[in-house]
Amino acid sequence: MDSEEPIIKVRGLKNQFGSQVVHDNLNLDVYRGEVLGIVGGSGTGKSVLLRSIVGLQRPTSGSISVLGQTISQMDEDKRRLLEQKWGILFQDGALFSALTVAENIQVPYREHLQLSETLMDELAALKISMTGLPLEAGTKYPSELSGGMRKRAGLARALALDPDILFLDEPTSGLDPIGAAAFDTLIRDLQSTLGLTVFLVTHDLDTLHATCDRIAVLADKHVTVQGTMSDMLKCDHPWVKEYFTGPRARAAQMSASG
Amino acid sequence: METGGTATLETEETDAGYLVRAGGVWTVRFVRGLDAPLRDLMPKRTRGRDAVIDLTGLSRLDTAGAWMLHRTAEQLRVAGLRVSYLGETAEFRTLLNVVATQRSGFNLRLPPAPFFQQLAERIGGLIVTAGHEVRGLVGFFGLLLQALWRTVKHPSRLRLVPFVHHMERTGFDALPIVCLITFLIGGVLAQQGAVQLQRFGAEIFTVNLVAITFLREIGILLTAIIVAGRSGSAFTAEIGSMKMREEVDAMRTLGLDPMDMLVVPRVLALIVMLPLLTFIADMMGLLGGAMVVWQMQGTSPGIFIVRLKEAADFWTFGVGMIKAPFMALVIAMIGCYSGLKVTGSAESVGQETTRSVVKSIFMVIVLDALFAIFFTTMGI
Repeated sequence: MDSEEPIIKVRGLKNQFGSQVVHDNLNLDVYRGEVLGIVGGSGTGKSVLLRSIVGLQRPTSGSISVLGQTISQMDEDKRRLLEQKWGILFQDGALFSALTVAENIQVPYREHLQLSETLMDELAALKISMTGLPLEAGTKYPSELSGGMRKRAGLARALALDPDILFLDEPTSGLDPIGAAAFDTLIRDLQSTLGLTVFLVTHDLDTLHATCDRIAVLADKHVTVQGTMSDMLKCDHPWVKEYFTGPRARAAQMSASG
Repeated sequence: METGGTATLETEETDAGYLVRAGGVWTVRFVRGLDAPLRDLMPKRTRGRDAVIDLTGLSRLDTAGAWMLHRTAEQLRVAGLRVSYLGETAEFRTLLNVVATQRSGFNLRLPPAPFFQQLAERIGGLIVTAGHEVRGLVGFFGLLLQALWRTVKHPSRLRLVPFVHHMERTGFDALPIVCLITFLIGGVLAQQGAVQLQRFGAEIFTVNLVAITFLREIGILLTAIIVAGRSGSAFTAEIGSMKMREEVDAMRTLGLDPMDMLVVPRVLALIVMLPLLTFIADMMGLLGGAMVVWQMQGTSPGIFIVRLKEAADFWTFGVGMIKAPFMALVIAMIGCYSGLKVTGSAESVGQETTRSVVKSIFMVIVLDALFAIFFTTMGI
């Protein structure tokens, strides 16, 4: 497989809601095995971009291809196959409230594969353990879990089918700093052991420092700059400057280097 | 990327030892068929011998495949073999390490409780909930009376704008649906009554049937049920979502009493509007009945009115109307109470709204039955 061929390719993306244009001529590449962080101010359409890539939001125009297949020109069967190759963690986990954590993880197994009950239980236990949840979490319902545990359970479900790509929507929002740092480490560890490509939407500077290989900044309706953290620090776009060299950024930098 | 692929498994037992050969694509999509064979896998001679798991033919592995390899290795180890891997790449090694270091095999299913225990638990739970509910409602009724009394003593405490707003929402906006439904039911009642009474040659009493049932019972009952479904649920949902977003708590901290701000205007608005709606419902029901009688029996509207006067006196109408404010109080009270009972989550708003409608319709019918007994005893 050519490592230089992007795994996600977005070209000329335009998203418009009524008269409000969110994205205009947006281009973005994500390469295999990297962690790409998407940042941008509130309302710059970070989540809309994620939703467009996974096909939850139909773009006004432009093309998106994932793993070499164009999203908009796909029939149902191909789509279903492709959807098994990515996992998505929504902001609050988006666990099914009527199912226990273990049953949530087993949903994709039941829907797409015919595995024996014992094997499904073993695999669910494996994912629960891999995402660092306590053992007894498996039999609990989402409403009985804390926010951090719900995110871990959501991550376990996203990883159920061993996807190639993992989409994370604000994985650390609403977590305390200790929980957030632990989650960053978890993402990094899983990424390196499972060889995942991670598409990460975040506001959290610490997460950017701790996990991302590359960062793409959304501003002025498109990707203004993309590159490594040091590229960001050199950039002189006013928003980027403010974001990466503001008072909070310096604190995050210090904690990352120290 | 692989869309088709197979996972293969071969075993070979020689004098040198036991060989397990894994090949192909061992990912979660393709390992299904290997689960049972791997569980049954066991060489004839075990203790002290060597087992080799050969991964040379393996092109892809994920955590599911790695788990099954690891499980098999453990199974052989427990049987007393010395297990080693052959031909593992760095990538496979990482995955095997990951699954080997996880805690696994713990219980993910809670055993279901025995049937009778579940039955007893649910019945007990229902009774306790019902007890709490009654206590809560009685307590809320007390608070409401207190708030109403404060409003009577100081009429300036009444929030006029929300009061009028809720009068419009619960009364005026409900007119089309109330009119349509009562008109149709009036017509149906007259039509069905006429057919049955005809058998006794008593079709002349159709007017009595329509007038008495509608004015005494059906008019108010239908209106109350429509309003419970329409406005009672809206009260719960509105107050409930405010409670969920902590708006009610914010109100308290700013020194505003949610009883005055949210509950009293709604309760008073409904107490004013439900009798008015009932009056219109009565009229529409009679109109529906009159239309049908005119069509079926040729009784002109003029004659209908004359018959109506003979059939019903003021109290026939009065009995229906007297019930209206009481039903309004019950509906508004249950609606607001359920709304204030909402806790943090969005599901709770939905649950309380459903419960509020069920409870208020139930209470409306209970109240109607009590009134029926009362009026019959009083001879009205």
